[in-house]
Formats: sequence, structure tokens, C-alpha cells
Amino acid sequence: MPVKQEMEVSVEEKATVQGRYVGKRSRRREDSRMITGHGRYTEDITPPGTVYAHFLRSDYAHARIKSINTKKAEEMPGVIGVYTGKDFSEHLNPIPTAWTIPNSELKIPKYRAVAVDRIMYVGDPVAVVVAESPYRASDAAEMIDVEYEPLEPVVNPEKAVEKDAPQLYDDVPGNVAFRWKIDAGNVDDVFSKADVVVRERFVNQRLQPASMETRGTVASFDAGTGETTVWMTSQNPHVHRFLLSLILGVPENRLRVIAPDVGGGFGSKISCYGPEAVVCYLSKLLERPVKWMETREENFLSTTHGRDHVQYLEMAAKKDGTILGLKAKVYANMGAWLSTAAPGVPTILFGLILPGQYNMKAVGCEVYGVLTNTVAVDAYRGAGRPEASFIVERMVDILARKINMDPAEIRLRNFIPADSFPHPVPTGLVYDSGNYEIALKKAMDKVDYYNLRKEQEKMRSEGKYMGIGISSYIEVSGLGPSKVVRSTGFGLGLWESATVRIHPTGKVSVFTGGNPHGQGEETTFAQLAADELQVPMEDVEIIHGDTGMIPFGMGTYGSRTTAVAGGAIAIASRKLVSKALKIAAHLMGVDESRVVYENGKFHEKGNKEKSITMAQVAMAAYGAGADEIPEGMEPGLEQTSFYDPENFVYPFGTHICVVDLDPETFQVKIRRYVAVDDCGTQINPMIVEGQIHGGVVQGLAQALYEESVYDSTGNLLTSTLSDYAVPTAVEIPRIESSFMYTPSPHNPIGVKGVGEAGSIAAPSAIVNAVVDALSGLGITHIDMPLKPENIWKAVKKAKV
Amino acid sequence: MMQEGSITRGTHRIKIHARINGKTVEEEVEPRMLLVHFIREKLGLTGTHIGCDTSNCGACTVIYNGKSVKSCTMLAVQADESEIETIESLEKDGHLNPVQEAFRENHGLQCGFCTPGMIMEIAWFLRENPHPNEDQIRWGISGNMCRCTGYQNIVESVKAASETMGGE
Amino acid sequence: MFSEEFEYFRPKSLDEAMVLMKKYGENARVLAGGMSLIPLLKSRVISIPNIVDMSRVPELSKIEERQGEIRIGSMVTDYEIENSKLLYEKISLIKEVSGWIGDPQVRNRGTMGGSLCHADPSGDWGACFLALRGRATVIGDKGERTIESDDFFEDSYTNAMKSGEVMTEIIFPIPEKRSGYSYKKMERKAGDFATVGVAVQISISEKGECTYAGIGMTAVAPTPIRSRKAEAFLMGKKVDENTVREAAKIAAGETEPMDDPLRGSAEFKRYICEVLVRRGLNEAMERSKGVK
Repeated sequence: MPVKQEMEVSVEEKATVQGRYVGKRSRRREDSRMITGHGRYTEDITPPGTVYAHFLRSDYAHARIKSINTKKAEEMPGVIGVYTGKDFSEHLNPIPTAWTIPNSELKIPKYRAVAVDRIMYVGDPVAVVVAESPYRASDAAEMIDVEYEPLEPVVNPEKAVEKDAPQLYDDVPGNVAFRWKIDAGNVDDVFSKADVVVRERFVNQRLQPASMETRGTVASFDAGTGETTVWMTSQNPHVHRFLLSLILGVPENRLRVIAPDVGGGFGSKISCYGPEAVVCYLSKLLERPVKWMETREENFLSTTHGRDHVQYLEMAAKKDGTILGLKAKVYANMGAWLSTAAPGVPTILFGLILPGQYNMKAVGCEVYGVLTNTVAVDAYRGAGRPEASFIVERMVDILARKINMDPAEIRLRNFIPADSFPHPVPTGLVYDSGNYEIALKKAMDKVDYYNLRKEQEKMRSEGKYMGIGISSYIEVSGLGPSKVVRSTGFGLGLWESATVRIHPTGKVSVFTGGNPHGQGEETTFAQLAADELQVPMEDVEIIHGDTGMIPFGMGTYGSRTTAVAGGAIAIASRKLVSKALKIAAHLMGVDESRVVYENGKFHEKGNKEKSITMAQVAMAAYGAGADEIPEGMEPGLEQTSFYDPENFVYPFGTHICVVDLDPETFQVKIRRYVAVDDCGTQINPMIVEGQIHGGVVQGLAQALYEESVYDSTGNLLTSTLSDYAVPTAVEIPRIESSFMYTPSPHNPIGVKGVGEAGSIAAPSAIVNAVVDALSGLGITHIDMPLKPENIWKAVKKAKV
Repeated sequence: MMQEGSITRGTHRIKIHARINGKTVEEEVEPRMLLVHFIREKLGLTGTHIGCDTSNCGACTVIYNGKSVKSCTMLAVQADESEIETIESLEKDGHLNPVQEAFRENHGLQCGFCTPGMIMEIAWFLRENPHPNEDQIRWGISGNMCRCTGYQNIVESVKAASETMGGE
Repeated sequence: MFSEEFEYFRPKSLDEAMVLMKKYGENARVLAGGMSLIPLLKSRVISIPNIVDMSRVPELSKIEERQGEIRIGSMVTDYEIENSKLLYEKISLIKEVSGWIGDPQVRNRGTMGGSLCHADPSGDWGACFLALRGRATVIGDKGERTIESDDFFEDSYTNAMKSGEVMTEIIFPIPEKRSGYSYKKMERKAGDFATVGVAVQISISEKGECTYAGIGMTAVAPTPIRSRKAEAFLMGKKVDENTVREAAKIAAGETEPMDDPLRGSAEFKRYICEVLVRRGLNEAMERSKGVK
């Protein structure tokens, strides 16, 4: 394989934007309560008089409910009530699907909070017990008698579209909930003229998000005010309030939703589910606070899963390695209903980013959203982008091997050039900024790529398996420009809100619609606001999560919070500074055009002697006397901004993984994992690194360990943390993380987003490495997870 | 209170005397009550968390008679005549324990849910192994799952804590 | 997550415990470390009206050497085993296996006695028990008796003890001076149940011939098993590359693994078993030559 012997790497690394606080590795404020055990998570909240709800769930994947007898359960001491689907059918509307992708023959099945006559998956709620203690509620649930008439289930999406497959819903023929297509750039024509076409079938296996905190809700109805306060494990309290109001038929402004400390979400706490609504309803019915926390088994059975695609890929190229186009046909398992954001995940967030970092001209994609008797599939860290990046990066490697070209070489040949941004791609997106070549070269330099290839040759001759895998990923995040997003059928716009309030004494409160649950914005937003307003960071508090306090917010997911919520804070802050400047000018008796704000002081240009602080301006703003604020100006010093980004942002990078395989057991040992990422401006590099670590490890877990397994009867075999293989610290290598900084030109602070990058990049880096290690045997692909047995089977087959 | 000879029976409550975070506690508990529920619900010490039902995740780790244990896999009655330390016991007079301090310095937590259990395990682990290498650290926390950090900064935190604590 | 109701007893002596066990018979279960029992209770897989906590019974927590044997009390924890200088010096295999059990918190509570009685088909202690030809002392209504390791495991989660019997100690003969050991465990991740586990104990004569071979395997049959044919094959022979390779083949042939959709198919387990027996024997051989 021809390999370039020399490589010039001249890396332009612009330092991050450095302010007094932005760019610093500030220690997190969140930590002080969490490291002392004073974090306040949903399960920690127990209002006086709380009673406990426990859901009885179906053991069948597909069944008709013939009868339910709750009498024995009701009679148990300590039981307050037992309710079935029939009790809710008049009071709870179906669970809404909030991303109704157009032009897709979309059919949205009606899915109810608690099953009435039909069970759709193992774990489907059948009844709910409310009791004085969760122990008692559990006891009573066992006393409920349900008679089921089992129906034939189907769990595999390719089987579900077959002619005689069991039908889940009468109004979704063939179990196909949607069919979504892109045909950009004359795909068939391009393919017919190509020198080389490579093909492969991929399974992007089903995963369980497995945040350490499961889901839960505490609902407390106040009979006096008629308002229900709902504490819940939510990534987006306002969105939940909105959707709950639709399900409950309760006005939005009679619901207060609070996300307290939330123990991770990774997408699984975006959606609106039945039990949350049931708990709210029961609290009103019983006029008592009702609490429900998922057990881990419930979490695995009934909280949305991720991924689960079967993908057929073709890539067309010229014989010199120029990639011409890509075609994908995908069966996306949606589970038993279309969850809140679900339809957009394997379509919009997947298909549009298929060009990857490459200059290909033609992209064709056809996605079938298939319903099966499994729990719903929705966003999980990366949400569509890992599924896309994986196949692109794998196909590039497969193509490279087919034409005997080095995988780094073929990428360099096809990258979108650094001088062509903003760069429109065939699918309609416009990549904002980037330098893909430098990211790859930097990573190659770090692993000493060409010497590694030499070492690999030597090891191969000794019968040893060593592999190098490259993943040059790009993703679309910072969701997102509302006009674009609404045109794709998303339920609301994806702007974000911020209210920045300066109090009379100059202290600052920032109310953000972003809703961090581990990402550190209580700290990074304080850094940002402090720099924007030029006030001490300790004077800034960040408030999030409570619909009673913050303006309407769309929440945290899709690597959007720093970009969009941060953008809103920046804009609101700048408007405030502009107003403050006017007040300062008025106070100094000087024309506004002659006043500047520097180092926390307003002063006349050229005269630093006479200056005014923001605190003094604030006092004046609230005093509102004649000599304090200009004529006609409103008092107060507060600004709200709804920032609607003009484009998505496009973080990118290259990860390289080096693996050694045990030649007998085929256990994979990661020798090195190098990550070079570009997420634009970084507010807090320490936190950014943490996001890369966490994302990479989840991606690594997908590549090597995790898989959700349903048997043919619809039983989830991986319903405990003993069975579902989330890795421990022992399995995880050191991640060597470094960065480039290409700011996003259209975002007020130049940030892109980094929360999901690792989980997008890592799977193909690792799989590419393992396949590379085995390429001497003629192996071209092995599906994830790369368990030793899967590798062993592939090797056995190849050796035959 | 026997019903159908199987599921429910009335059971005797048992009085227990325990020392929790240095304070004597006397309570009556049902035999089936888990230690973690006793700590969280009866004593109101909600720093200790529940992350699973099969004793895998370690979020519930406390120190019991000088050893780290998963409190979800013990009964409240087993607290009788025993010493238990929970996360709330580490901070003394406003001063953080070196492990807590190291976590903050090294970004050893993100969502914080696994953190109390992780810190308690490490606090015990460092008592037993004051100068661990990276491999030993990773095995030392193999009973604690974290989904956010990828473990790297947790390992850094443990290294930092062990340096601070110096060891005997 | 929430167990059914049960009564709890905490006897202060073995006599008191036996009275309870006799009284409640099938409706009682011993609580040892609880690392297997409590999760079962929480999942409501089993229903046990009476739990007898043995943690305060003093005679069950000793490790001692007596007449060329080591006796480990049934309530001795994995932690105590892992940190026992006596065990490390006399029967290193036991210390080697102990580090593979669960995770640190589980080892702080789990016991060898409890683990053996639980009779998990993929339990680590079972392989060790068999490889060392240990035996268990149990006490019941009719007095004390011994159960040899070969007779101990009857089926998955089923041991040879009778209702009302309590295990008091596990006895291991101390291996010869020129001995070697190994424990090879393939697991998906740290703390997982074994995909395959192989415990090896060998003794070599001055002439280099095998005088003792113990190969205990777990997760490859309905119970932990001994590879008798492989052991017999090795007896009297030099343990070298060829005999080891042959013994490993034989051992793999003695397994009856089940397809496990998560951890490995029967075919894969058999394949891995051969690899691990080979590697285990090689390592044990190396150790028999050198210093520990």
C-alpha cells in the first residue's frame, strides 16, 4: 500500500478566546453540593404527605388484555388506590409525537400512557398502585391479576416490514411509520459512471442510555391554587410542561415543572412518557404529592433506547480514490410508538450529515421508520449523527482497502478544503467553518502514524494483529435555526432564551432556558456572563430548570446549550451593557458616543480618572431619578433575549485509535486513543475535555461492549446492569485529548458544541482499527459490538 | 396478616442501635428494609444514591465497620451495633476531605450522581492503598459505574488525593 | 428492588442457629455476605419467610492451618481471604482467585461459604474448590458431616446440602512444595460473571513429572466441573508444551457449555476453555519452577 513517507505538519492553533474568565479552567460551582452529598435529585424530594406510585408492567411483548382484577391489591393495608388504563382513558390524551417530519408518509400511532386493551412491548405499563410506601406498592402490584391473550410479537425491523409480519397498529400498514428520502446530486447517474462501487451492510446496534440516575417524578397538586408542581428528571422542563399540558388537558400555566439536579440524561430524559403524566394526574386526583422513581429494570425496559439501525450502504468513487457519492438504505427500529423527537433522529439528524467531511457531490438516502414490539427508540447521545458518521467512516476505509490506498491518504484527498467555508453540501446543510486536513494531520502526528504503519507490517509478518483506525467526523449540532427546524416538522423552534438581570447592588442573576445535567453550565455561563458584563464571576448566579423562574427554554440536548443558550446570554448581556452605557453617559453628563466600558468601568474616552461601575449604574437604573436615567428610558437593568441561531454549528475532528488483538481470545486492547477535536471557542477547557472523555467512552462502549438484546419473543435480555455491559474504569484506556479552535462565524461567542462529539467519533475509530488489524485475513467488516466471539467468528470464516 | 400463604405476612419490626456519621441512632425497622433506604428515608441522608437493582453500579457505597459496602445489598437491620459513614461525614467543619477536594480540582464529576458512592469507595480504597498506580486505581473503582466522565478525571482525582494525603 | 416481607434472626452461636434452621426448615435461608441472597430477594425471584444472619456466630470466621490443611470458616469474607498472609503462603491459588470475585465492595462482604452454597454455575470459588479437591463441613440435625468438592455441586444453584444444614468450614489440603497455580478468567468486563473460568493447581516431582493435577472450570457446564480426563492425562507425565496442548484439548472436550446470548455461545466457550486451560497450565508450570 503506497504510503507517504514525509508529512509536513504546520498546525495553526489559534488560542481560545481568552477573557478574564472565558478560556479558563474554572473549578465548577456545581461540585460543592455534589461532592458533599447535598445535591438534590428527584428521588431526594419528598414533600410532606408523599405517597408512592408503582407501575405493574407487562411481561408480554404483544398481547390483548382480557381482564384486570385489582381487588386484592386495593384491599391491602397501606394501599391508597389501584388504577388501570381504563381509569385514565378519559383523562389522559395520547403521548404526543413532537417531530412530525414532512413528506415522509408519516403515520403516528396512538400510544397511551397506560395500556387499555393492548400491550405493545415488555414493560408496557398495565396498572399503577399508589401506597404509603414503595415497599407496600410493590407488594400490592403482585396481587393484581391480569389475564392476557398473547399475540405474536415482532422485534426485528427487517422482519417487521415483511408481508406476514404481525401488525402493531391498524393505521400503520406494514409497520412502516414513515419513509423518508433524500436524492441529492443525481445519485443514480453518479453511481452508474463510477469506476468503483463498494457495498456493505451495517448494524448500528441498539443501545440503552443508562444514565446513572433513572427517571422519576414527584408531582404535588395544590388544591388551593390549582397548580401542580412537578419535579422531574428532565432535560427540558418547559418542553415537558408543554407536552404534559397536552396529555393532561391542563393549562400550561397551571403546571410548574422543575428539573432539580438531574443525574445524566444522554437524550433519554428529553421525551415525554406516560408515567410522568400519570403521576401528575394522580396527585390531582388524590390531592397528595405522588412520587415515582424507576427501578433500573424499569429504566432499561421502558426508557427510550438509542440507535438500532440496519443500514445498506454503497459508495461510488473514481479509481484515484475521489469519492463521488454515497447511497444509504436504512431500516430504523422505532419501537412500539413514535417517541417525542424520534422521527427526526434517523432522518434529519442522520441523512443530512451523510456527506461527512468529504467533498462528495451525490447523496442518496432512504429511511424506513419501522415499528416493533420493543420500547421506543429516540435520541441517545449523538442522536442520528453517530449512526451517520459510523457508516461514512467505515465506507471510506472499505473503499480505501478496495483500491489499495492508505486510509489517511484517501481522506486527505477528499476533505472539503479549508478555504471553501461556509460550504454548502448536497443535502442542504451549510458547514460553517473547519479545517479537516489539519485535524487529521495533527492526530497522525500524535500517533506517529507512518512509523506505526511500519511497525504494523512487521507485526503482521509475525502473525500479530495490530490495527490503526481513523475517524474523521463532523456533526451538526447547536440545534438549531428555527426556520429550518420547523420546516423539518419539529414541534417548536430551537432558539434559546436568557434573562440577564442586574440587581440594584450590581449582583447578577442569569436565567437560562438551557438545562444542564452534568455539563457544567452553572459555571461556564457564569464565566461567560461575567466576561460579557465585566463583573466578578462570584457576583453572577445561574438559574435553570424551573419553569416558574426562567423564560421558556427548549432545554439541553443536541450539543446546543453553550452555542444557543450561551448565545442568548451573550446577546442579552450585550444589550444590557448598551443600556448601561447610556445610563453611565447620563450619569457622567457626557455624550454616549464618548463613553467606553473597559475592565468593569464606564469612563469617558481618554479620561480614566472619572469612572462609574456597573453597580453604580444599576443603582441608578432602579432609582430612575431625573439625574439617574435619561428621559424616556425605562427603569431597571434586565434584558431578555431569545436567540435564534442562523445556522447549525459543525464541530469536527479526527480521532485515531491503535489496537492490539489477543491472537487467540480476540480480546481488543486499545493501545492508544488520540482525539483531536474542534468545537470552536471554549469557555472552560477543563469541562470541554470532560465532555470528550465521556463521549468517547460511550462510543467505545458501543464499539466493544454494549448491546440491547431482545429475544424473539420480545423479552429484553439486557434488563439489568449485570447483563447490559456498561464498562467499568478497568476497560477504559487513557484518552489523549487535544484541540483546535475554529470559531463558528455566526454564533455570538464562536462556540460550536462538544457534548456528543466523542460518541460520534469513537465507534468508527475503534472498528476501523480492529478491521485494519484483521485486514490481512481479508476481513472487511464486523458489526459492533466487537465482542471477542464476534471477531473469532469472522476470523474463522475468513480462514476457511 | 397472612394472605394466601405466600406474599404478605406481618413481620416483627426490629429495634436497631447504630452509629451513623458519629451520631448514635435508634430506630425500628422492617427486616426487609434495605440499608440504603434506611439511610436515605429514615435518616434523611440523601447523599447516598440508588442507581441500579443488581448491586452493580456502586452509587450506594457507604463505609460499614471500616469497609466500603454497597448499601443497597445490605439490610437496615445489619446496621445494628455497627458504624456507618456516609458521604455527609467527610466534610469536617467546612473543610473538604482530600478526596472531595481532589474531585473538584480535577473535574472528577459531571452529573454528580455516582459521585458520593465513588468518593466513599475511594476514601476507603486509599486507606488500604495509599500509593496506588493507575491500574490499581481502576480496579479499585471497578465496583463504581460512571456514565459521564469516562473515568479519566476520576483516576486523576484519586492520584491527586493520594499525593495530598501523602500516606504513612 | 423491594423484597417481600420476611422475618430476620441473628443467632449469637452455632447452637442457636441450628435451632432456628431446624425449626424453619425449607422456609429458612442463611444470610452470609448477602451478595447473592439479597439481590435475589430484591428481585422477588425467591420468597424466603425467614432469614438467619450468621454474621455474629464466632466460630465461622477463622482461617487456620491444621495438620497439613487449611480450614476457612464459611463466613470468612473474600476480603479476608485476599489479605490473608497464611493463604498466600500456603495455597496461593486461593488468593489468586479471590481478586477476581466481583468488585472491592462485593469482596468486603461476600464469603467463600456463601458463594459455594449458592452454587452459581459460573462462580469463581467453585472452580477453585474443585481444582484443590477441597471439602466442606456441614452441620445439621443429625450432626456433622463432610461433603467432598466432587459431590458438592448437583445442578445449577443446587448443592448437596440438605434442608436445615449449615456449612461451617471449607477445608483444603496444602499443596506440595513444588507446585504451581493459575486462575484464568475471561469476562466481558471487570466484575462480570465468568464467560469461562479455569483454575489450575499442579504439583511436579523432582524428575519433573506431574504428581497432582487439579483443573477446575466454571461457566462451561450446569455446575463448576473438574476436568478429570485432562488431569488423568497429565499424571506421571512431564508438563510441557505438548502435554499441555493435549490436556487443554481434552479439558475442552469435557465441558457441556450452554449458549449464553450475552456472554458466549457454547462453541465459543469450548474454544476459550481450551485456550485458558493451556495458558493456565503453562503459567502454573512456570510458577512451579520459580519463586512465587
